[in-house]
Amino acid sequence: MAESKETLKAFQADVAAWMKEHVPADPGFLLPLSFLEVGTEQQLDFLRAWQHKVWEAGFLGMHWPTEYGGQGADPAYQGVVDRELARFNAPIMFNTIGLGWTGPLLLEMGTDAEKSKYLKHILSGDEIWCQGFSEPDHGSDLGAVQTKAVRDGDEYVINGSKIWTTLGNYADHMILLARTDPTAERKYDGLSFFLSPMKVAGVDAVPIRKVTGEYGFNQVFFTDTRIPADTLMVGEGKGWGVAMKTLEYERGVTAGQATGHWMVAIEIDDLINDLRGFERDGAPVFDDPAVRDEAVGLIMEAKALSLSARRMGVPALTSDFPMGLPLSSKYRGTEWSRRMKLFGAAMQGAQGALYVEDPNAHRGGFWQRAYFSNFGATIGGGTSQVQANIIAEHVLGLPK
Amino acid sequence: MTSVLGNVSLKFSDEQSMLMDVARGFLNDKAPTDKIREFLESDEGYEPTLWSEIVDLGWTGIALPESVGGAGLGISAVIPVAEAMGHALLGTPLLDATLAGQLLLRAGGAAQEPLLEEIAAGRIATVAFLDGGDWGGANLGLTIAQDGVLNGSKTFVGCGQEASLFLVVGQCDNAPAIAIVDKADLEPGAVSVNTLIDLTKRTAQIDFTGVRAQTVLTGEPVVAAIRDYRLLGALLTAAEAAGSAARCLAVIVDYLKTRKQFGKLIGSYQALKHPTVDIYCGVEDARSFCYHAAALLSDDPLSHDAEIACRMAKVSAGQTMSYAGDRAVQFHGGIGFTWDCDSTLFIRRGQWSHQVFGDAIHHRKRLASLLLD
Repeated sequence: MAESKETLKAFQADVAAWMKEHVPADPGFLLPLSFLEVGTEQQLDFLRAWQHKVWEAGFLGMHWPTEYGGQGADPAYQGVVDRELARFNAPIMFNTIGLGWTGPLLLEMGTDAEKSKYLKHILSGDEIWCQGFSEPDHGSDLGAVQTKAVRDGDEYVINGSKIWTTLGNYADHMILLARTDPTAERKYDGLSFFLSPMKVAGVDAVPIRKVTGEYGFNQVFFTDTRIPADTLMVGEGKGWGVAMKTLEYERGVTAGQATGHWMVAIEIDDLINDLRGFERDGAPVFDDPAVRDEAVGLIMEAKALSLSARRMGVPALTSDFPMGLPLSSKYRGTEWSRRMKLFGAAMQGAQGALYVEDPNAHRGGFWQRAYFSNFGATIGGGTSQVQANIIAEHVLGLPK
Repeated sequence: MTSVLGNVSLKFSDEQSMLMDVARGFLNDKAPTDKIREFLESDEGYEPTLWSEIVDLGWTGIALPESVGGAGLGISAVIPVAEAMGHALLGTPLLDATLAGQLLLRAGGAAQEPLLEEIAAGRIATVAFLDGGDWGGANLGLTIAQDGVLNGSKTFVGCGQEASLFLVVGQCDNAPAIAIVDKADLEPGAVSVNTLIDLTKRTAQIDFTGVRAQTVLTGEPVVAAIRDYRLLGALLTAAEAAGSAARCLAVIVDYLKTRKQFGKLIGSYQALKHPTVDIYCGVEDARSFCYHAAALLSDDPLSHDAEIACRMAKVSAGQTMSYAGDRAVQFHGGIGFTWDCDSTLFIRRGQWSHQVFGDAIHHRKRLASLLLD
């Protein structure tokens, strides 16, 4: 089913023409750098309208089945669209937890009824999804979640709290990991996975302000919240497996996402080109040997990441550690990105002390905000330290 | 606008794949660690019968054209073999002879076919490049007179004692030149062996003063060939170091999975786990850079992209091997500090790989110009 280069090239030209006409101009207010920082109604309305437009054009979930709002096309087409979205600096596709994680999860493990009910609205942006995994006392240790779900007739009654819930205050649904059996011998066997409604009584989402000064996260409180029993996915006590599958999509280990365009792509070229405008010791910043050396290190890392993505397609060069490259890509990529953005902030001299709200901040404090914001990536979805444990245990076979 | 990332292609041919399998299989049989140790203090540093077996496998001719009895696969096909040699911690003259073959092929062309034939057939050739300890210098201190008589000495000449053919880099009429010297023409006592940090490697200081070259190569191709010799040397060293680092990683992981302290396997401690993961990631990067560089090579002078790739491979692999060897000693605790622990082989290889053909700072400085100016 692989598409020919010529077909894709022609398609790319079509997409580029569409982008040229439709990518919206700067709205005059700050847009979030990623789906994690959608913090105002103004941002939400703007991003929702944009996602809807892209979907209507047939450029979202292109490899999802047509009956669920997709195009039934080869995944290569979505790759083309995503590259063009990035190239045109288009605003992000904000409904990420639906588009990137819940959608592919439903396609893989969901029933026909679940697919029919949810998938199309994920793509259109009509229904927003959030994720209820982390809890105040259990961040990266997911197996220990304490939020309770107790069966009562045709309903489950939920009590507890979830935290770091991106889009929680706007969401229509939550993928919820809750404990249905506190007495299970293995803690994992007591967990169940729900496609839980958010706009019901007993759900309170309280926005949390971030280090960047923005919103986007919430703490969600469930107080005797009643949700329909048929929102249980796969089966009671099977939640751990479903959650692990979800994390594969979240961490990019498994493909199937409706799009990958959920953050403003900040590449090494942005950094190098931007820094050329700064001076140090009265000369261009890249005249300084120490600065040059650090820049070379960052460029090399970027190149290594790019090469490792290509190497994944060469079985003979991955046979020593077959899962090694995919399982380490989040760890490597997000940590590199953090250091690169820090460098962008740090190389501005005194200008680096200005923040977003200051009218003289370079590019609206772009690097400063990007650096802070990047901690969402090195912490969310399992911290870098947990990722390192995963690589150590699952790739190298070291003991727990 | 072009990206500073430049070329990011990566191809791996069936020939490379086959050579990787063959080399790994052969070296697993021939060079277990105890065997490596057995020959560390011999003149050659490896089992005497091994070289003829390597020649029989055709490895001395992989990169040389079919017209001289080689396989005609180009230097990129040597990368998996160099990696496997590094994995086995095996010295041998293979890399030196391969690089000498490349220098001669690129500087001398068809006129040198008789000598290239001999190299393909297993004659041990080597390049005499360094005047002293500076990989970044021009290293043109040795002079070659009009009548072909050399004046000067070279040091760290790979397999200097074992080689029978020397390609000596120097200057003739104030221009870079390569003198081709037969071992038989050296004065008695001209060769003095260096005592190296890496016990699997062999180099020598050689005084060429008064020796008459058989041939002297000069002109434009010589300048390009010397530059490419330095880059290809960096790349083959990188591939070798990537292999050694992968082996070192395996040794560390094995120890972390079996050694217990405070009632727990030490591999369960994150203080040991996370640096080990960093070594793993370094090994993957080094391999990516090496095979990326390999994809950009041919018998023509190296391109801008190929130069960047070779330098990045050397930075990545050199640093990874050096770090892996360092941590191998530390993570083995008291036993790691002892001569008989394999960690000592790796820390010594790390110190070798780090510097040969230029260290990380040397290459990063040049990468800065290539990438930023």
